Amino acid sequence: MTPPMVRWMSLGRPSGLCRFACAIRCVGLAWRSLMCAALLAALPASGWASDSIVLRDLRGHAQTFGASPQRIVSLVPALTESVCALDGCGRLVGTDRHSSWPASVLALPKLGGLDDAQIERIVALRPDVVLAAPAARVIGRLESLGIRVLVLESKTHADVQRSLQVLATLLGTPAAAEPLWAAIERDVDRAAARVPPALRGQRVYFEVDTTPYAAGEGSFIGETLARLGVANVVPAALGPFPKLNPEFIVRAQPDIVMAASAPLAEMGGRPGWDQLHALRDVRTCGFTPSRYELLVRPGPRMGEAALQIADCLVAMGRQP
Amino acid sequence: MSQRCRLAWALLAAGVLLGLAGLASGSDGWSWPAWGGGEDGLILSQIRAPRTLGAWLVGALLGLSGAIAQGLFRNPLADPYLLGSASGASLAVVAVLAASALGGGAVAWSAADGLARLGLVGAAFVGALGGVLLTLVLARGARETSRLLLAGVVVGVVLTALGDLLASAAPEALRGRQVFMLGTTSFLSWGSVGWLAAGLLAILPVAWWLARVLDALALGEDSALSLGLALPRWRLVLVAALALATGLAVSQAGLVAFVGLVSPHLVRRWAPAPHGYTVLASTAAGGALLLAADVLARSLIAPQELPVGVVTAVLGGGYLLWLLYRRRAG
Repeated sequence: MTPPMVRWMSLGRPSGLCRFACAIRCVGLAWRSLMCAALLAALPASGWASDSIVLRDLRGHAQTFGASPQRIVSLVPALTESVCALDGCGRLVGTDRHSSWPASVLALPKLGGLDDAQIERIVALRPDVVLAAPAARVIGRLESLGIRVLVLESKTHADVQRSLQVLATLLGTPAAAEPLWAAIERDVDRAAARVPPALRGQRVYFEVDTTPYAAGEGSFIGETLARLGVANVVPAALGPFPKLNPEFIVRAQPDIVMAASAPLAEMGGRPGWDQLHALRDVRTCGFTPSRYELLVRPGPRMGEAALQIADCLVAMGRQP
Repeated sequence: MSQRCRLAWALLAAGVLLGLAGLASGSDGWSWPAWGGGEDGLILSQIRAPRTLGAWLVGALLGLSGAIAQGLFRNPLADPYLLGSASGASLAVVAVLAASALGGGAVAWSAADGLARLGLVGAAFVGALGGVLLTLVLARGARETSRLLLAGVVVGVVLTALGDLLASAAPEALRGRQVFMLGTTSFLSWGSVGWLAAGLLAILPVAWWLARVLDALALGEDSALSLGLALPRWRLVLVAALALATGLAVSQAGLVAFVGLVSPHLVRRWAPAPHGYTVLASTAAGGALLLAADVLARSLIAPQELPVGVVTAVLGGGYLLWLLYRRRAG
């Protein structure tokens, strides 16, 4: 019952659901509760010694690599982007089906998704390491086949920073992570400076799926919004991507609505939603599919994503 | 007061009380919003009222088709989705989602009146009827119950597999498919309520009138034939009513689990009766059950929501397990 939206965005499970899902499923499934516990543990990112590389992934497993891996498979779009941003694109030999940036990865073998990764093809590619998200079902299977799996989380800005550090160490260029992160931070700050003063503190509803799921304060999108100086109608207490009662949004009367352009176009037709001031006064940011994809990837392009949101807010500020 | 009378009053009271609970339960927990203008009035009249009524109607249609299905097949495990309607509807939904994703657009369950929603609702309805029609063709009409059942199961498996294939080819359709499979009552509007109510008002009298056929069938096919009933014809009409009721419910709220299976059991357990009564009471029980699930889904972790299909599955599954346990103990 994990909403596919979550798999597709390579984020964690919405917290309300997680509580519920854990209550039901983790009872019988020991490894799953291990995952849930692992999610909560803040772990030191990495350490490295002379020639061999020692990494500690999300599960706390210490992994020692004799040499920096030359053949890498990434099963998470955001991690694919991170590897490429760290100049490791040439070492990727395969990705999941959603990885689409940079354009060069489109030519690589597509190995399925989190739940239906093609084990045989992955094994045939002889990867030195496979990058995966905690929810991936393939982890155990791959490891039992003797393939090393590095499990990395991409839920918050801090996760992204940590993953970049781990990946940079993995690629043998540990010093590359910091400048890259600094560049992301610079872009976010630049975006924040561009937000019109009149729009600061305005309350935003950012929809990630029509069911409706929203990006709350606790999500990386929420963190970006906070850095831009706008408020969020979904408090952090509700978890990163809660499935909300549609009534909640009508009651909250957000000042600004952000979503992918297609769902935004039909939003006014939902029962009661024609009363939303933001929709009536067109105080909305609708993102085209490619731009929206950029927004929901917790990776090295987060700075670019912040600039894109700022662009919309600047245009909104010019409205009469 | 007879047991039947008591159950009827209980179901009526449950419907009314749950209806009030549905109006009072919202994103800020339990509160009684004021009628009239303003935000509260709007939320009550445009969101909670149609949603509450819609959830009852969807449950009622499923309860009704469950009673018809179990009577028709003389099988307590029959449910409304048995004849291929569920798999047909979900295949059609996936097809529309995949096509719109490939075409660069997007459709969603949330739009109330938009063309997008109409596309999905229409597709689900046509798909449900198409699945049943395919079953009827494969079974060469409704002459033999066992052949009809077998054809329904096979059609279900094949259409589900086709849906899976399509979804794996167009992963963009997965999200919408998941929403459909779990069932959703979040965006039921007055438009949906209109369709559902019209359907129920049209199908319920027919089903009630045909309850005598179900009664005759309960004696066995040979006895029913010896009573002079034109079984194949009436069976076809019953299948049509079943398909229409299921298709309507499914097209507005997705594949809500277990309501159709459990409601007739609930009724028979408390008040064994001829089918005329069972059909009506099962309709009311289905409505009450789904409405209860909807109220729970939106109030348990408000302002967040649980998928309503999960709640009905837990409630209905729990009840069935209890029933099995009791039977074994007895």
